[in-house]
Amino acid sequence: MLETIIEGVIAFMLIAGGAFAFIGSLGLTHLKDFYMRLHGPSKTTTLGVGCTLIGSLIYFSREDGPIIQELLITIFAFITAPVSAHMLAKSALHHKLKPDPRTRGNPVELESEKPKHAVEEAPQGDSPLP
Amino acid sequence: MIDMALWIALALFCAAILLNFYRAVVGPSLPDRILAVDTMYMNSIALIVLFGIWVNNKDYFEAALLIAMLGFVSTIAICKYLLRGDIIE
Repeated sequence: MLETIIEGVIAFMLIAGGAFAFIGSLGLTHLKDFYMRLHGPSKTTTLGVGCTLIGSLIYFSREDGPIIQELLITIFAFITAPVSAHMLAKSALHHKLKPDPRTRGNPVELESEKPKHAVEEAPQGDSPLP
Repeated sequence: MIDMALWIALALFCAAILLNFYRAVVGPSLPDRILAVDTMYMNSIALIVLFGIWVNNKDYFEAALLIAMLGFVSTIAICKYLLRGDIIE
């Protein structure tokens, strides 16, 4: 009875992990611009990989006691995914990628072009050049 | 029950890696490709762990740990290169 319940938990963890990772990659393929696409892999795929690793942890600690090593990969993935997503967002802002019109928010890095042009164009109109 | 779940999870992860490969090939900008490769190594970690369950051998987690650490470091290094034009200043 207990064996059946544990097997059910393992199967649920594996299928949930696969479904989450597939949905994250689907978002990576189908969404419109980079700032939307960053959401899928950085949150959903991390959760999917974490679910799969916890299922594997339960599977291998059925026979000879608890095995902690697989938890190490889970913790590492959950720590490093936000850091790499932050660096990717910074590099995308540095490259000034165009956001979709439906993307909310106006980051300063993408708008810094307009005041410069306004300042540059204003003296040209009024400059009393010979 | 675990066999069936294992096959379903393997098929889902393989489809996810194919979608990531599509984005890495088509991706219009450079951060898109980096994001696709980042997601691809995340999915391959889970694929290796599932293979370890399939052959009932718990030693495969070391390969998964190596891929996790090297993938994170390489992603950060490429992002630093895009941001600053140099990796270690």
